[in-house]
Amino acid sequence: MTALDRKMMRELGRLWPQVLAIALVMGCGIMVLVGAQATQATLEESRSAYYDRHRFADVFAGATRAPASIVEAAEQIDGVARAEGRIAFQAVLDIAGMAEPATARILSLSPEGPALNLPLVRRGRLPLPDRAAEVALNEPFAEAHGLVPGRTFRAVLNGQLRELEVTGWVLSPEFVYTIAPGSMMPDDRRFGLIWMTEPAAASAADMTGAVNDLSLRLARGADERAVIAALDRLLEPYGGTGAHGRDRQMSHAFLDGEMQQLGVMAAYMPPIFLIVAGFLVNMVLGRLIALERTQIGLLKAIGYSRAEIAAHYLKLALLIGVISVALGWGFGWWIADAMIGLYGDYFRFPFIIRDFGSGALAVSALLGLATVLVGAGRAVWASMRLPPAEAMLPPAPPRFAQSATDRVLSRLGLRQTTMMIFRSILRWPGRAAVTGLGVAASVAVLVMSYFMFDSVDRLADSVFAQANRQQVTLSLSQAKGEAALMDALALPGVHRAEGGFGMPVRLIHGHRSRLTALQAHFEGAELARLIDDEGRVVPLPDRGLVLPEMLARALDLRRGDLLRVEMLAPPREVLTLPVTAIIAQGMGQEAHIAAPALFRAMQVAPQVNMIHLAVDPQAMARLNATIKETPAVAGLADWSEVRRQFDATLSENLLTMVAIYTLIGVLIAIGVVYNAARIQLSERRHELATLRVLGFTRAEVAFVLVGEMMLLTLLAIPLGWIAGHGLARGLVGAMSTDLIQIPFLVTRRTYALAAMAVFLAALGSVMVVRRRLDQMEMTTALKARE
Amino acid sequence: MSESPDSPPVFRTEAVTRVYRTGAVDVWALRGVDLTLAEGELVVLLGASGSGKSTLVNILGGLDLATSGRVFFRGQDLSRASDRELTAYRRDHVGFVFQFYNLVPSLTARENVALVTEIARRPMPAEEALARVGLAHRMDHFPAELSGGEQQRVAIARAIAKQPDVLLCDEPTGALDSATGVQVLEALYEVNRDLGTATVLITHNAAIQRIAHRVIVLADGKVVRDERNAARVLPAEVSW
Repeated sequence: MTALDRKMMRELGRLWPQVLAIALVMGCGIMVLVGAQATQATLEESRSAYYDRHRFADVFAGATRAPASIVEAAEQIDGVARAEGRIAFQAVLDIAGMAEPATARILSLSPEGPALNLPLVRRGRLPLPDRAAEVALNEPFAEAHGLVPGRTFRAVLNGQLRELEVTGWVLSPEFVYTIAPGSMMPDDRRFGLIWMTEPAAASAADMTGAVNDLSLRLARGADERAVIAALDRLLEPYGGTGAHGRDRQMSHAFLDGEMQQLGVMAAYMPPIFLIVAGFLVNMVLGRLIALERTQIGLLKAIGYSRAEIAAHYLKLALLIGVISVALGWGFGWWIADAMIGLYGDYFRFPFIIRDFGSGALAVSALLGLATVLVGAGRAVWASMRLPPAEAMLPPAPPRFAQSATDRVLSRLGLRQTTMMIFRSILRWPGRAAVTGLGVAASVAVLVMSYFMFDSVDRLADSVFAQANRQQVTLSLSQAKGEAALMDALALPGVHRAEGGFGMPVRLIHGHRSRLTALQAHFEGAELARLIDDEGRVVPLPDRGLVLPEMLARALDLRRGDLLRVEMLAPPREVLTLPVTAIIAQGMGQEAHIAAPALFRAMQVAPQVNMIHLAVDPQAMARLNATIKETPAVAGLADWSEVRRQFDATLSENLLTMVAIYTLIGVLIAIGVVYNAARIQLSERRHELATLRVLGFTRAEVAFVLVGEMMLLTLLAIPLGWIAGHGLARGLVGAMSTDLIQIPFLVTRRTYALAAMAVFLAALGSVMVVRRRLDQMEMTTALKARE
Repeated sequence: MSESPDSPPVFRTEAVTRVYRTGAVDVWALRGVDLTLAEGELVVLLGASGSGKSTLVNILGGLDLATSGRVFFRGQDLSRASDRELTAYRRDHVGFVFQFYNLVPSLTARENVALVTEIARRPMPAEEALARVGLAHRMDHFPAELSGGEQQRVAIARAIAKQPDVLLCDEPTGALDSATGVQVLEALYEVNRDLGTATVLITHNAAIQRIAHRVIVLADGKVVRDERNAARVLPAEVSW
């Protein structure tokens, strides 16, 4: 090790708190980059391997009832490598030990064994073809109920109560993410998947010789859109509900959305941290070089070249970079592990192929080292340019000269210590700006993190308190006349029953089309209502459709345009309806219409296929028991239970999430303020010692240092609010998918919390530096001339 | 104003020592100093570098504490004072002037003086203090805009503006040329004469001793000479 290297290592040892502060800021950015990308790559690889090994289909379609021969016809479509048909339907289950009914989707298993979407047996076996009562369950559901192979449970299959026996637990590439239709989040207790032999399913659903669910695997290079169009044509006579690719397959789309969010996180957060870290390196190295001015002069005088001296300081910067990158990688892997573990609760993969995000590692290392080099550049350049003789003299004192601002300041009648604060900011505006921008970045990152909770709150309020005030929604196996509401009122504990009518539709405008649902709203509805983003009840016009903004945009529709509506369930009519309103509804994906307008256009008597109930909570048990045995009910959504789970999930993670976000966010403020204060202290040591000598108390002297930092913090906070608002808006845009549109809302609480966290972090950091100030020896400080 | 031998002492020290422990070595800066300084006295403290002059003045000024022995300021025992008490003592009673002026670069001359008048008990106006050292016309200049002598005179104005009981000056002319140094000495001389402020002036420049009432010489941490000037001269008559 050369003498210069030894000097560098000692420098590093002496500067360790400042180096650590920089490394934490930069490491944080790299952690997010590596963590998000490693997680994303792991999910991506695991998913792709899973899909491959278990032959996940490419195109999916439903129909009311198609002859089994349709499968062969589908296989003939150009570009289709393999087609498979099956029977799928909903059922209500009665599980021992569970008061409320569960619902399940039942899927038939071909007697020859499935060709696509192969279920993976995790325990036991698949049902034998000749055993009608045997079923396999999806693992999470079976696990939630302890339904080990050999146990039995009861199910209402198409109106018949049946006893089924569990033979095995499976996972399927179709259901990595499982969510009940119309539900907001996965619930492994209340929604399950049941694989049943084909003959048993056919007999239960009265579908012998027929299928209602098709999956296709495409040949390499096939045109997916063409296949979908051909399949739609093929299924048209059989009540096809619209074929779609993986992009609209629920499980796949949720995974995609999650990966997109990880990608956004990796793109949004790290640059902020890296930029701040670059400035910090510049500040610290600039100060070090200023302090070592005479040493640099000496080195030059004894024959070291400019390049050698520059290399010395660049090496120090690189070392800071290497420490930061190593810290970032370590924490990045750790956080990726934690996130993958967390995802394991929602995404069911049979295996995980761990990807360390080698791309992210390389990129982050390059970015990290580039950051410190760029940050160091200016300071090192200055060290090179100093001629040795000049370098060995102490630096010229800071030039203060009369200016207009000074005259204004003098008139304010401020105390001189306050004046010192203002003058320092005005004389070194660049440095003040770096400190201010760092603090603002910190506030912005916090606003961007915290606003998610506002959005979720808004969402929960809108979904639970405003839009869905019913306790229970029953979905009926067939549409019924309005008289069904009277029957519903007779159910135990029900004191209000409102009808609803929903239907899968294809909306077509020009060459654009969208598969979605159409919801009819009955007059005077008080339970299930249409609510916009402002929480207002949207009145439904007498005629025409109400569309949420996103859907209207996707279809390129404006108010007054005519829209073709193809019903994808009986009576399968095709209507042409005008768009009479477009509403701001972030989460909205469905089209809405007033019930009279719909049934007038359909020329039928009003019908309901959903019933929303207000129920006396005490009577829920009896209601559940009755519904389990009511054949007309195909499914049930218990909104109070959904709300309870939603709140539980949220509060379970809330504190941890807030803590992590806060820690990451305030790190910037800590790094910036700590370093800025240390540099101030180093530069103004002499001046502050003089104040002590003149009889100023420790607190009065500290005021000059603490006051400046906190004033800059206060000035920077509003800037951080504005930046955070912008970042949050950008994030909402970037994270929104077809399925999930995050509502944009930043509350005052968020602004206040972000400001408070940063203020406290800044105060804490400067107070740590204040302790050094307090320990300063007056006499030595006065002697030590720089 | 001439000193009167009957007036009670401003400072009294008894066997003051100061030992700096640096690593394994003890450095004795003061080895038992007994002194009495009277009100209104102008004392020049002479000695070679390392003789303990600055250490003694730092201890008298409440910047440092004696290792052993006692220091009294008008009967108040400084050697037992807490940090808080020493701060209050410096604030209310002591004016300092240093070799390198120690002005706050971001404050103008007037503001540097105001720094002290804002916290003092019975200050004179900053303008008056500056006028006293002949800088009435340079009040709104920053230190960087003033010459060395002017800066030192601002430092003196800052020291006297609080109307201190003692003025402690550590090599006030050390960084100045002879002509400028004389101006600074004149300012100190006039303050002592007109306000009666007891003044201790450290120097290693023997020529300056002639303006004092009394000359104390330190060597190796001890007082080796303590005598009164039979005939004082005016600063203008001094040169080096």
